[in-house]
Amino acid sequence: MATLATVVVLGVLAVVVVTSPGWPRVKATFFDWSHARAAFPAVWKGFGKNVASFLIAEPLILLIGVLVAVVRSTTSAALFPLRLIAVVYTDLFRGVPTLLVVLLCGLGLPALELQGVPTDTFWLGTFALVLSYGAYVAEVFRAGIDSIHPSQVASATALGLSNGQAMRHVVLPQATRRVVPPLLNDFISLQKDTALLSSIFVFEAVFTAQDYGLYNFNYTPFVVVAVLFVALTVPLARFTDWLGRRMMRRERAGAR
Amino acid sequence: MSDTALLRTENVRKTYGDKVVLRDIDLVVQPHDVVCLIGSSGSGKSTLLRCLDLLEDIDDGSIWFEGQEISDPRVDARAVRRRMGVVFQAYNLFPHLSVLENLTLAPRKVHGVDSTAAEARARELLESFGLADKADEHPDRLSGGQQQRVAMARAIATDPALLLLDEVTAALDPELTGEVLEIMRHLAGEGTTMVLATHEMSFARDVATKVCFLHDGAILEQGTPAEIFESPREERTRQFLRRVLPT
Ligand SMILES: Nc1ncnc2c1ncn2[C@@H]1O[C@H](COP(=O)(O)OP(=O)(O)O)[C@@H](O)[C@H]1O
Ligand SMILES: [Mg+2]
Repeated sequence: MATLATVVVLGVLAVVVVTSPGWPRVKATFFDWSHARAAFPAVWKGFGKNVASFLIAEPLILLIGVLVAVVRSTTSAALFPLRLIAVVYTDLFRGVPTLLVVLLCGLGLPALELQGVPTDTFWLGTFALVLSYGAYVAEVFRAGIDSIHPSQVASATALGLSNGQAMRHVVLPQATRRVVPPLLNDFISLQKDTALLSSIFVFEAVFTAQDYGLYNFNYTPFVVVAVLFVALTVPLARFTDWLGRRMMRRERAGAR
Repeated sequence: MSDTALLRTENVRKTYGDKVVLRDIDLVVQPHDVVCLIGSSGSGKSTLLRCLDLLEDIDDGSIWFEGQEISDPRVDARAVRRRMGVVFQAYNLFPHLSVLENLTLAPRKVHGVDSTAAEARARELLESFGLADKADEHPDRLSGGQQQRVAMARAIATDPALLLLDEVTAALDPELTGEVLEIMRHLAGEGTTMVLATHEMSFARDVATKVCFLHDGAILEQGTPAEIFESPREERTRQFLRRVLPT
């Protein structure tokens, strides 16, 4: 019944779009099969850069996220300066739009003409994504760490574990398990945000499609890119759902 | 300290803000003693146990353990905790680790025992606690009584000189308390030195070498089980026993 309703709604929407006055022109500029074929090799190559940027950024983001979250959960007075840096970092990079971070890193950093700073905007853009998403992921980890009951730390302390050991062997493993679903969501969002690299002239999929569009007055490659992104994110989204459901079942079973 | 006491407290005082939770606590624990702390809820039993393990700082007085004043702020609290085992009312097992890993974590990471030796010792303990077949299970697959037995095994896997138990049967269904008390009797029989807060009066009567009645943060009366249960000196003790003992 629900499926039938969905089909009907989608069908009506399709009819509305296809019978709209502008449809023939939209169809020609956005859904032209020959342009799709012609642009595909370049777009596919550009999409490789999106995937590469994502694959490079993801592990670095996880690393920064865990480090910042752990630093923020310390209490010793000696670590106060580090904590302060961690707080400023998360506040700053959660506040500034990712697009701005990409622009500032991609165009601002090379302008400094510093020794050793790469000038390739692919690397600068990926670095910007790491900075921006590191702050989000740090907050996700921090929520996970805060969700672990203090009695777990008390138990570890009573066994003679140091604060660091309690974090490493007791708190973090449990916190990580809890935050896997929200983390995967952030990574789906990161996959899409690699498109922001187009703003600093990286020849990734969106920039390539735009380039093609400007020369050929046809925007079908944008739709091709959209399809590629969907194909990339859907499996991860399904996996996230599945994992979330499985964890919920586990928690319920554990709470007998 | 030149005497043979394993643990001795003198005039221990503990406050939370304005509230005095422990006052004038003088307690002596000799090797192989089983000291039962009894008293109504809120009388300070858990706080006393936490102070002994240095999980809480005391405000005044001193605590001596194995000839060293451990209430001295310069003492390395971790070194002291390495010599004590604690079991909490709510078991507090590590849910992400298997039963075996719960037992081997502290021996490996804190005591530097290699994994093979730690595992062998853990399996031996699980065997003697009737949990041999649970070694590879995760704690949430176990009953409350089994989890509490695992917690006991974990606490003694590091061969502590003193075992602190805080109402370890209080969270269990009545039919499950027996299996945990059985283990405690077994440990007492082996000469394990224990300080425990408990509401199990028959256990205290049978097994304790000393019973302390806490009231409002003070040890109002202490003595052998016979003294406390048969001829209590204090009216408060009599009132408490009338409430908890079936007549
Ligand atoms: N962290 C705390 N902060 C403030 N008061 C506390 C804290 N822990 C315990 N107390 C108070 O200390 C008193 C003794 O508590 P507790 O040691 O748990 O007693 P018992 O274990 O005998 O039931 C109680 O009045 C309790 O409210
Ligand atoms: Mg208590």
